[in-house]
Amino acid sequence: MTREELFDGVQDIFRDIFDEDDMVIEDKTSSDDIEDWDSLNHINLVSAIEKEFRIRFALGELMALKDVGAMIDLMIEKLK
Amino acid sequence: MLNSLKYPLDTSSILRKKKSIKKKLLQNDLIKKNIAILGGSTTSEIKNILELFLLDKGVKSNFYESDYNKYYEDALFGNDELDKFNPDIIYIHTTNKNIIKYPFPKDNSKEIDALLSNEIQKYKSIWSSLLKFNCAIIQNNFDHTIDRSLGNLDCYDIHGKTYFINKLNDKFSQEAREINNLYINDINYLSSYIGLRHWFDPSLWYQAKYAISMESIPELAFNISKIISSIFGKSKKCLVLDLDNTCWGGVIGDDGLDYIHIGSGSAIAESYATFQQYIRELKQRGVTLAVCSKNDFKNAKEGFEHPDSVLKFDDFTSFKANWSPKHQNIIDIATEINIGIDSLVFIDDNPVERDIVSSQVPSVSVPDVGSDVIHFVDHIDKNGYFEPISLLSDDINRTKYYKDNKKRVKNQATFKSYDEFLVSLEMTADIKSFSSIYLDRIAQLTNRTNQFNLTTKRYTVGEIENISCSDDYIKIYGRLADKYGDNGLIAVSIGNIKEKQCHIDLWLMSCRVLKRNVEFAMLDELVSKCKDQDVSEIIGYYYKSSKNSMVSDLYKKFGFNLLERNDEDSVWKLDIANYEIKNKFIGVEND
Repeated sequence: MTREELFDGVQDIFRDIFDEDDMVIEDKTSSDDIEDWDSLNHINLVSAIEKEFRIRFALGELMALKDVGAMIDLMIEKLK
Repeated sequence: MLNSLKYPLDTSSILRKKKSIKKKLLQNDLIKKNIAILGGSTTSEIKNILELFLLDKGVKSNFYESDYNKYYEDALFGNDELDKFNPDIIYIHTTNKNIIKYPFPKDNSKEIDALLSNEIQKYKSIWSSLLKFNCAIIQNNFDHTIDRSLGNLDCYDIHGKTYFINKLNDKFSQEAREINNLYINDINYLSSYIGLRHWFDPSLWYQAKYAISMESIPELAFNISKIISSIFGKSKKCLVLDLDNTCWGGVIGDDGLDYIHIGSGSAIAESYATFQQYIRELKQRGVTLAVCSKNDFKNAKEGFEHPDSVLKFDDFTSFKANWSPKHQNIIDIATEINIGIDSLVFIDDNPVERDIVSSQVPSVSVPDVGSDVIHFVDHIDKNGYFEPISLLSDDINRTKYYKDNKKRVKNQATFKSYDEFLVSLEMTADIKSFSSIYLDRIAQLTNRTNQFNLTTKRYTVGEIENISCSDDYIKIYGRLADKYGDNGLIAVSIGNIKEKQCHIDLWLMSCRVLKRNVEFAMLDELVSKCKDQDVSEIIGYYYKSSKNSMVSDLYKKFGFNLLERNDEDSVWKLDIANYEIKNKFIGVEND
């Protein structure tokens, strides 16, 4: 899976969770940019990503992520 | 009814698309109900998904959600919000994570009985306190723990956790039989149905304090919605069955009585007999049965004269075997037995017939059972169509009553006042200046805490480190422990000292220790440190955010005077010369 495909998949998840069909995310998108992206929705996002891409994030790995780009990089690392 | 909210659930799609599902469901005709969720762990997503399942059943809910793990406090001591909420249903979401204490290997049987009784008294006092709302209470029983240090012995040695939980669940069942309006949400069954290792997700527990896995939440919510739907009288009453390849294998009109598959002659015959047995069980506990089949009446009736047929012709209240379209027959059945058309469930192995019925009479429930009889029972059972709240349909005949009113006073687990409860927690706290091992946790709290946070100022670890080394700041953290365990580092306050004034840049506390008086202990310590540094006034700031309204009057509670107010932000002042210690309940260890 290319980074772009991964990115599109993640964007679909964002669109579903926040229920905005035209939501566009970028590498530098962070929780500061999306009002509803609170800690509870963060868990929902992560769970959906784990399910969709069949990966598991380890405890603590997610705390350090500052934006979508970092999240995707970590996913690529995991999918290798 | 949306297919996505029926058995078998596509849990990940429900979780992802909950917002759009909700929009679709809001278009339905709905009754409104108030539902209070009192949680012993995080309940946010449970509430969101339960909302969907209730909407699907025609109930629009207005929710009250207790603060994190405040089910006990809310139930026993109430609060204005809950009192005003006037709930129709109270759901208590507790799990094995809320069990106070398991037996120790050295405990004797008397001591273990005392532990059991202590645990059960706690819930009895919750239920009796909630009686005042005069509403239905739905209570989880307990799921098993994944680890069992005694291995298989865990289930039969009196020191086992498995044994202990089974005992508790027995007690819960006993109580639910006696207490009117108490209903058990059987998560012990649900978790074993899902599989314990899928039911609980340790990572989600540590990260977000959900006591169940994300993928189990839809199943849990579905299960609760069945009970609620039953309480509101929305259970179905009549099961309508097709015959050929539904009640028996084969086509009786073509194959003849001797050649249909029913009984014990083959795997297929046996599976149809099992299905019929399940239907008979339903009938015995009060579900009305009907037949709707394209057949000659005589042939159809003959099928139930087969010696191995479990069901007999007399078991059916209405029997439509003819060549009319099925949706017309179904309307006739409802008229004949005089029940609403929405009380019918229709089972047919033929997808075309299912389509006709569900499109022509949409209020009939038509599960997509497929064509393999092996799955038919699951579609009826797991959709909870006929979920009963008691075995006697007539409430007047119910002999349940609550007999413990007089004993309430004696309940060991009940406290006369909230103060007494706080004392019983045996709380101790460390309230000290920042030290290097905690800098990460402190920075993390500043970024994660939204509700009990006066300024919502975010800090990086670097900034926290600088503050930690600077003499211009009073910087304290609080750790709280109680008899149930250690809550960890849960409070942080940072004050900047300028010209004998201490300006509070940050004041936050984790919501898991709300109403424990930690904030007062923190203030005591801050004042004491201010005095050490010759500070005479403390200036507090409240900056309104979308989430921190719960602390808008904190400084007022602390005895500060209002200095100025801009919109919803405010500035407060406290003269500390005559400050009196405020914390009475927490034993504090300081620097």
